[in-house]
Amino acid sequence: MGRAEVVQKRQKAAIMALRVAALLATAAATIVMALNKETRTFVVGTVGTTPVTASVTAKFQHTPANVFFVIANAMASNHNLMMIGSDLFGLEFKGFKLPLVAVLDMLNAALLSAGVHGAAFMAQLAKNGNSHARWNEICDNFQGYCNRGGVAILAAYVGLLLTLGITVVSIVKLLKPKPKPQSQPLASEIEVP
Amino acid sequence: MAMSQRATAILATRLIALIATLIAAVVMASSHEKGSIFGAISYEAKYSDTPAFKYFVIANVVVTIYGFLVLFLPSESQLWRLVLVFDLVLTMLLVSSISAALAIAQVGKKGNSHAGWLPVCNQIPKYCSQTTAALVAGFVGLVVYFLLVCYSIHRDLDPFLVRKN
Repeated sequence: MGRAEVVQKRQKAAIMALRVAALLATAAATIVMALNKETRTFVVGTVGTTPVTASVTAKFQHTPANVFFVIANAMASNHNLMMIGSDLFGLEFKGFKLPLVAVLDMLNAALLSAGVHGAAFMAQLAKNGNSHARWNEICDNFQGYCNRGGVAILAAYVGLLLTLGITVVSIVKLLKPKPKPQSQPLASEIEVP
Repeated sequence: MAMSQRATAILATRLIALIATLIAAVVMASSHEKGSIFGAISYEAKYSDTPAFKYFVIANVVVTIYGFLVLFLPSESQLWRLVLVFDLVLTMLLVSSISAALAIAQVGKKGNSHAGWLPVCNQIPKYCSQTTAALVAGFVGLVVYFLLVCYSIHRDLDPFLVRKN
């Protein structure tokens, strides 16, 4: 097979592997953050001899940045799933659809980048607090919640790097292959008028 | 559109993006205000109090410098493909910086009752409005850069095969 076909096969294999890996990473991030919940009970006082307890729950919905993180990762996984499905079922991307895939991959990368960074900076705020604004850190009380959130953000960062790779390969696929130089006709093929 | 008209339009778009990111960086970096909590404790709010705002300023400064340098690239050079790559990466950088700053600004404005974080915008209204203006300018810069990336792909990679060669 010609050089162009070899290059195309390699691009297809590379993008398929990257998409599967990115799907796994973003799906893991979504699930870990969506199931992130921790309840702690504190003793706030005593009535007679019975201690009065209050329970405080930390859920991911309490922070809008984490909600955006879950939604962004879910949409990114969904996008990768659709692309893998269309590759497996043999839908060809010709004509207008090929740049559409590249633009959608770029949108995916931007969305994922926004979701990951919002959650990452909120996690930094929760871990260190902000003394200037008198915001206390909450990770010393909710260590399990913070650890799981950190794992989700790490997985999403890996997914973000893979999505960047996918975007690069999708854009490179738009490049037309260089035309081969025309070979000289054989002496036996030249017609003598 | 003739070639020179298109080049002028692209130059104008890059200029708008440059101005937007410059305004975002400058307004955010120059925002500081002295306030007091409950009239007793006074403090000064600066952009450097929060790593998210520092990241926002740094990202916008980087994009401004890059935008300034790209304006001097001649339009026939082969480096425009590299400019496409840089545009893509810097657009993602801008998106991430706006998302991070917006997350922290939302906590500053509305607080987070579950974590015991009080909103601070009532004590420092001028700082909050200046930060909002910087975020809006950053968002405008992001939109323009995204359009520039789409145009660069259209021009350099020719996905719709409008050129004959």
